[in-house]
Amino acid sequence: MDLINNLMLGFGVAFTLQNLFYAFFGALLGTLIGVLPGLGPVATIAMLLPSIYALDATPALIMLAGIYYGAQYGGSTTAILINVPGESSSVVTAIDGYQMARKGRAGAALAAAGLGSFFAGCVGTIIIAAFAPPLTELAFKFGPAEYFSLMVLGLIGAVVLASGSLIKAISMILLGLLLGQINTDVISGVPRFSFDIPELTDGIGFVAIAMGVFGFGEIIANLSRPAEHREVFTKDVKGLWPTKQDFKNAWPAVLRGTALGSILGVLPGGGALLASFAAYTVEKKTKGNPGDVPFGQGNIRGVAGPEAANNAGAQTSFIPMLTLGIPPNAVMALMVGAMTIKGIQPGPQVMTSNPELFWGLIASMWVGNAMLIILNLPLIGIWIKLLTVPYRFLYPAIMAFCCIGLYTLNNNNFDVFMAAGFGIVGYAFFKLGCEPAPLLLGFILGPMMEENLRRALLLSRGDWTAFLTRPLSAGLLIAAALMIIVVSLPSIKNKREEAFQDEA
Amino acid sequence: MKIKSQKDFWSGLMFIATGLGFAAGASNYSFGTSARPGPGYFPFGLGILLAILGALVLFKSLTIETEGGDPVGAIPWKPLGLITLSVVVFGLALPKLGMVVSLPLLILIASLAGDEFRLKEVLINIVVLTLGSWAIFIKGLNLVIPLWPAFMTA
Repeated sequence: MDLINNLMLGFGVAFTLQNLFYAFFGALLGTLIGVLPGLGPVATIAMLLPSIYALDATPALIMLAGIYYGAQYGGSTTAILINVPGESSSVVTAIDGYQMARKGRAGAALAAAGLGSFFAGCVGTIIIAAFAPPLTELAFKFGPAEYFSLMVLGLIGAVVLASGSLIKAISMILLGLLLGQINTDVISGVPRFSFDIPELTDGIGFVAIAMGVFGFGEIIANLSRPAEHREVFTKDVKGLWPTKQDFKNAWPAVLRGTALGSILGVLPGGGALLASFAAYTVEKKTKGNPGDVPFGQGNIRGVAGPEAANNAGAQTSFIPMLTLGIPPNAVMALMVGAMTIKGIQPGPQVMTSNPELFWGLIASMWVGNAMLIILNLPLIGIWIKLLTVPYRFLYPAIMAFCCIGLYTLNNNNFDVFMAAGFGIVGYAFFKLGCEPAPLLLGFILGPMMEENLRRALLLSRGDWTAFLTRPLSAGLLIAAALMIIVVSLPSIKNKREEAFQDEA
Repeated sequence: MKIKSQKDFWSGLMFIATGLGFAAGASNYSFGTSARPGPGYFPFGLGILLAILGALVLFKSLTIETEGGDPVGAIPWKPLGLITLSVVVFGLALPKLGMVVSLPLLILIASLAGDEFRLKEVLINIVVLTLGSWAIFIKGLNLVIPLWPAFMTA
């Protein structure tokens, strides 16, 4: 059994003292930023990128992965206790979770979220281990044309499933792709759009963009809103253990959420956020037992389902990144960046060239999930205390860490100034209702896309139809076109808008 | 003509301007042929595509009715200006004055951007964060960051 052998190798790597420490640190940090509203995994991982220079590749990636799924656990705590989603993927958890807390059942809600997440995390890890190798095999059959088409599908998928205006989202991708064009052309060696600034010939640092837009831009947006009044249900968190009836109600929801999240996580544009929205919709449509609390008034299924789904989605979204080197969401885009920093070219060859990294990372996810359930349930009191820290202490700290990180990236203050500029740009996006995540995806994929496009054209002697005559490539492009057509159909379009309005 | 969605109107203009800007810039580089695309090939195509989509967004903003006109709202000059300023000041000060001066400056200016400014709290924040950053980044991670002003170490 290859799977067993591979997992044995992985656990061997994950159970070294050093890697256990970084998995714990990542999970801890993830919970912390998950609990704190206004600080997400994208900004945090960007903030930590400079520090991974000091680490080996495996512990670095284990830590960053822990932050992402740790944030899914932490986010639910905030959603349940103060009705503010700590993480965007916990938006729907707040609906029923907060109502449960108001009825004095915060403990049961927290336990349902935590146990559901743990179950989903275990399943997600097994799915990655089982499906990554065959997908890698498939990826080796890909030529430049297929890669280009796959990236088109990935980018389109990323926005089709997201909320908001479709044209604007595609425009944001193009904007990201264009920003990725500021570099030295790989094939001809010509510096492009650099305005004779030497720092720009290497391209804009994506850390500068991520921190500017997601860090500084968001801080400006938060400060421009009047401070909100928060009601924290701290005293009521007693009796963590759910009742027998709770278990009976929540269990099927956890199963459904896990299944849905696992599938949606793999899709381009998927991941935690989409999974939790979809799971909540499914739970609402599924008939419950007679005498259940209605949805929106504290139904435990409305907590367990989405929380299981967002954790499963967070795990399985690693699959396209690990096997194809193509990030399905902004967090994975940063992981690709982290691998590049450590000199690992993301793609199907990672599994064979760095098996310790590959399997160690997968095994560490299970280890991390086990740590998280301990961190989040018995130690819940500590996280609740954190919620009382006012934002005016928090954002200067975020800025301090961002600025130091930006400087140490290249030991140069150029990135600091770039990020300041992108902070203004990020705030402008916020003001204009333009979602910034697709921009980051486009920026990461831009150079890869261009290279594959030009290589494909070179191979086909300039024949654009090559993308449609090669069956795999044609299939991927058709899938992308279908996605756009389907969401543009009037009936679906209305449903889509309704769905996002309903739950947002 | 009346603008039906302020947000989309300005987004459209932004996309058109950037798209055309990049396309114009790309024309400085060799375009190549389809069989042998040059460095200007991909950015030119992308720029034109972005400008077309921007025009679509702009067109929609002038034709499709939205509730309340999607206003962009007032620009919060205080946080926008002060947050940006604090980062720029940090960038300028760090190489010459070191972390002990630039980090407190950053935190002080950034704190002024909030609604509530309490000097005592800000001072505590400065001390904690500066010590913490020293411990984490310089002591812990061994990163090369100037700590003291250059004239003191020279």
